[in-house]
Amino acid sequence: MADKEPQQPKELPIVLVHRLPSYKIPLDPSFRDQLRSQFHMLDPHESPEPYDSFLARHAPFIRVLMTIGYSPISAEFLERLPVLELIVATSAGLNHIDLPACWSRGIVVTNASLAFAEDVADCAVGLLIDVLRRISAADRFVRGRLWPVKENYPLGFKLGDKRVGIVGLGSIGSEVAKRLLAFGCTIAYTSRNKKQSVSFPFYANVRDLAANSDVLVLCCALTKETYHMINKDVMVALGKDGVIINVGRGSLINEKELLQCLVGGEMGGAGLDVYEIEPNVPKELFGLDNVVLSPHCAVMTPESFEALDQLIVVNLKAFFSNKPLVSVVSNE
Amino acid sequence: MADKEPQQPEELPIVLVHRLPSFKIPSDSSFRDQLRSQFHMLDPHESPEPYESFLARHAPFIRVLMTIGPSPVSAEFLERLPFLELIVATSAGLNHIDLPACWSRGIVVTNASLAFAEDVADCAVGLLIDVLRRISAADRFVRDRLWPVKENYPLGFKLGGKRVGIVGLGSIGSEVAKRLLAFGCTIAYTSRNKKQSVSFPFYANVRDLAANSDVLVLCCALTKETYHMINKDVMVALGKDGVIINVGRGSLINEKELVQCLVGGEMGGAGLDVYENEPNVPKELFGLDNVVLSPHCAVMTPESFEALDQLIVVNLKAFFSNKPLVSVVSNE
Repeated sequence: MADKEPQQPKELPIVLVHRLPSYKIPLDPSFRDQLRSQFHMLDPHESPEPYDSFLARHAPFIRVLMTIGYSPISAEFLERLPVLELIVATSAGLNHIDLPACWSRGIVVTNASLAFAEDVADCAVGLLIDVLRRISAADRFVRGRLWPVKENYPLGFKLGDKRVGIVGLGSIGSEVAKRLLAFGCTIAYTSRNKKQSVSFPFYANVRDLAANSDVLVLCCALTKETYHMINKDVMVALGKDGVIINVGRGSLINEKELLQCLVGGEMGGAGLDVYEIEPNVPKELFGLDNVVLSPHCAVMTPESFEALDQLIVVNLKAFFSNKPLVSVVSNE
Repeated sequence: MADKEPQQPEELPIVLVHRLPSFKIPSDSSFRDQLRSQFHMLDPHESPEPYESFLARHAPFIRVLMTIGPSPVSAEFLERLPFLELIVATSAGLNHIDLPACWSRGIVVTNASLAFAEDVADCAVGLLIDVLRRISAADRFVRDRLWPVKENYPLGFKLGGKRVGIVGLGSIGSEVAKRLLAFGCTIAYTSRNKKQSVSFPFYANVRDLAANSDVLVLCCALTKETYHMINKDVMVALGKDGVIINVGRGSLINEKELVQCLVGGEMGGAGLDVYENEPNVPKELFGLDNVVLSPHCAVMTPESFEALDQLIVVNLKAFFSNKPLVSVVSNE
């Protein structure tokens, strides 16, 4: 079905490109060519026909759709695609997709976690070392020409003794664990369900995990259940020296309460890649040396984008050849 | 020999405290108490007697000396201590001690590497992640309120797959290797001699290592042989995207040539904890986003200082009980 000579578009398997008009398929030419040589990419926004009639006309043939960025998929939208079987998402977080509606229809959803996991984990670990060892703050100290003036820079804290609690032990959480073990940290986790094949201690809820940890690393999906799961109770349980690293979604944390704790000196520190309302970062954080602020770029390496391109092509080909899919998002 | 009741000082084994007047052991520390309860600590600067006569009078009984900070120990100084057998140093770097003079006298030297290695390695890895993923630069970007203004932050680069060349595979270099393996990096090294028990590829000189690496991590001692070992040749061999992390001594690198390469865009970046002329950091580096600057604090955690205190006590006790010493610095 997929070979190098361009086939008549009508003969290639159909993939709907679902995007808000402002998002486009990345201009990476080889990825675009790869897709177009193997699939008939239907993009309503590239057609002069009105969106609704374009969609209605093609709907009987659309078994697969690819979402670009955070273009939302609601239950109502799904109803317009009665033969849809697969959604190939291009991000790790899927809070813009009505997953329960997909699963009740038997629609399979794949995401980018497998492509992104290592880079996000690298970033999470980098943020943690930075917070504990004050690397960015020390860099500011030097650039502010303070080193010759003030004798010594305040001490940081050792990583190796820290008890790290991972919230969400999926692909990203597992890569974080693997790295932190090499630093001598001990790992525990919470997850929707205990994972049988994993030997780290499991806690059924995040408050108990926090009470037994020095650091929390948030690697889980944002859902109704996990919204604001990190609140003042959890922060108090984590303790006055506790550190939170968030590479998930901003709203996993009650940001207002996080601010109060950090500004009030009731927490050890935080490394944040995500915020409740991006790109608005609470300005109270700018004056704190025990906080490291990252502009939602934990996935941003050329290597992860290329890995994602490959992952998408692999899944589309697999679907149309009835082969197993990868990076499937499940309900466990 | 060592018990809780204070013994007559004359009965305890003698240890000379060798320090420049400006360096001190904190007077309120439990470390000071531990030492004084087990050893007769002779400190010329705490005696009203003139330094020379104090030293000459006690010299026949001095078998061990403890250096505080980088207080220099020259061959000339050693000649005044004819019975000296052991020097317990309190830093990892020993370029302030005439090691060849010690070894030719059969004097054993121990350093702080075993106590410091993990924290220094954590810092080296933190600096590397920071340079590759631009964590400190991104933090500045956010704090400067640029995130809402400029759309996206420039991409970083993946750690996994990077070929890391470790210069000096001692305690610190080994801990760096252990950590970076967990990120998916490949490791090679150069050292004075190939290490038989190690399976990483060995290069006999640093230029060949650089030619086969993407990153160099400098973890070796500063000696006549290693002075300015990282020069323009090596930087060119490392390549235009090459990254250097230095947690050793500033003068391992020809700093003038490093600054030229970095400012000229001929290198990928650098993470520096040490400089040729501390605390003076070349100001040309302050404007570069691919450089992370640390004020010689890779060891600075309370945990590593406590580990060092313990290491010193362990070695002093071991020496006087004829037991094996740890963290011995050898000529290999």
